Amino acid sequence: MATSIELTSAGAVRAASSRRRARILWRNLAGYSFIAPWLLGLLAFRAYPLVASFYFSLTRYNVLSPPVWTGGENYAQMVTKDPVYWKSVSNTLYYVGISVPLGLMSSMILAMLLNMRASGIGIYRTIYYLPSIVPPVAGTLVWVVIMNPADGLLNTVLRSLGVNRPPGWFQSATWSKPGLILLSLWGAGRSTLVFLAGLKDIPETLYDAAKIDGANAWGRFWLITLPLLTPVILFNLIMGIIGSFGVFTTAVVAGGGASGGGQGTGGITAGGPLDSMLMYMMLLYRHAFRYFAMGRASAMAVTLFFVILALTLLLMSTSGRWVHYEAAGRR
Amino acid sequence: MSVRTGSRVSWLSERGTRAFRGRLGTILRQLVLGTVAVSYLIPIVWLVITSLKPLNQVFTRPLKWIPEPIMWRNYLAAMTHEGFDFVRLLGNSVFYATLATLGALISCTLVAYGFARMEFWGRDVWFVVLLATMMLPGVVTLIPTYILFRLLDMVGGYAPLIVPSWFGSAFYIFMLRQFMLTLPWELTESAKVDGASELTIFWRIILPLLTPALMVVVVFYWLSCWNDFMGPLIYIADFEDYPLSVGLYSFMTKYDIEWNLLMAAALVVTLPMAIIFFLAQRQFIEGITLTGIKG
Repeated sequence: MATSIELTSAGAVRAASSRRRARILWRNLAGYSFIAPWLLGLLAFRAYPLVASFYFSLTRYNVLSPPVWTGGENYAQMVTKDPVYWKSVSNTLYYVGISVPLGLMSSMILAMLLNMRASGIGIYRTIYYLPSIVPPVAGTLVWVVIMNPADGLLNTVLRSLGVNRPPGWFQSATWSKPGLILLSLWGAGRSTLVFLAGLKDIPETLYDAAKIDGANAWGRFWLITLPLLTPVILFNLIMGIIGSFGVFTTAVVAGGGASGGGQGTGGITAGGPLDSMLMYMMLLYRHAFRYFAMGRASAMAVTLFFVILALTLLLMSTSGRWVHYEAAGRR
Repeated sequence: MSVRTGSRVSWLSERGTRAFRGRLGTILRQLVLGTVAVSYLIPIVWLVITSLKPLNQVFTRPLKWIPEPIMWRNYLAAMTHEGFDFVRLLGNSVFYATLATLGALISCTLVAYGFARMEFWGRDVWFVVLLATMMLPGVVTLIPTYILFRLLDMVGGYAPLIVPSWFGSAFYIFMLRQFMLTLPWELTESAKVDGASELTIFWRIILPLLTPALMVVVVFYWLSCWNDFMGPLIYIADFEDYPLSVGLYSFMTKYDIEWNLLMAAALVVTLPMAIIFFLAQRQFIEGITLTGIKG
């Protein structure tokens, strides 16, 4: 009797647990089927390419015949036998090093302007953002016209302001990169709006309290605005770094526009005067899709990947010291 | 009596200076905002002006602000220019942007629902992976992806540009998930008790509430496809299959540059985006607030 009760209860428990297990299985199955598209994409367009990039970078591979293992040869040739490589590295570092901090500062200032109480602020916001929806090819072409050294709008204005020998912009090896940087500042509306959203998150009461304590506008900026914006600064900084290391379209178009049309020897990746606008991605593109040197291009890609990764990790690991999360979380 | 008048006078003058300072502040603010706005607008204004000039008035000394005569016909000339078959290029761009956006919309919404509203084994781990892929620079996946599509014999057409969109995009999945998390759980609980399936709940209850967030995805994804230059440059083989972005570039490289026509072409390529922007301005601004800040 006792045993049979035990048996049935055990059976019931087993039945219940198997039902529960079935339900959990079903729940997992349902969950995974919802995220399945992304999981497949992760495999095909993220994981496989990431691993394959490393592999290809250690081979000679022209797409037509199977890859041949060459070890570190691509990397060695890249840094020793390719003078243009270092040119592209220094161009890109120049561009990133100036456009990222400058862009950060200018978009923060613009955001603070847009955070003022003034009539028509919505219209100003629209105007500041407008350039960033202009297709990059079109936007760059406009700037090529504006920055025409002889009779462009910009140099005409500069001359009327007393600059006797205004820059040659995209036609000068010295001024082509500053020209690209100026162009990037024009289109930085997106990070401006991210900053603006950050500013709107700062509670008004903090400013009121600081005013009562006698802090002036400058003090309020350093004590409240800047610290509370640090998470946004970190976000925009990382996005800015990733984005500007990949600079391609504007440099390609400005380089082509400067050479006055016609596909010259360099074609799409001409690089402007004295290769002064030959960016890392342009050289990579040249190796991959003009010479079909996929191994070499992969070596460049992997190197850039590690540089960006190192910078991101560096920023994140030091962020504890300068990013204030807790204050921003409290609202 | 005299004391009373005195206090009244000082009160009045204080109010006067404050009003004066307030007005000065307003003027100063408008001045700063306006100056910056003008400097941001000038390139666009210059684009319009240059596009309406005869060729010999593009670069002049002194500058010519008003074209003489106004060459409306530049637009027709640009849009029928050899190698810039506008209607065809427009069709290609619309085809690309529409199919890619549609794919991203469907896949991202489903995946985001899974992450936001369902419980399953390993969900949080996968979510961290998703966040990590947002930081993955495109450069490191570029070449193997090309080789993959080459093996699949898809290089030359739009498939390599469209297909990946149908497998979700980390950024928009993240954004939609954050949005879905803000929807109250009570909404779906009673439906669950009634035995509705996840798909029914997704379709009937959640999806209708997502409209503002979905608009953000549509607008931004469309914009990124429309402006995409490197992708089509790599994958699209034939001249007549180019989207507008690459078409505009090849317009520039083919002959001696006719800057007025090129500006007309550039304006025509910009215009659809500008129209979408003005129609969906709120979505743009909200979208950035939604995606940017918590990233």
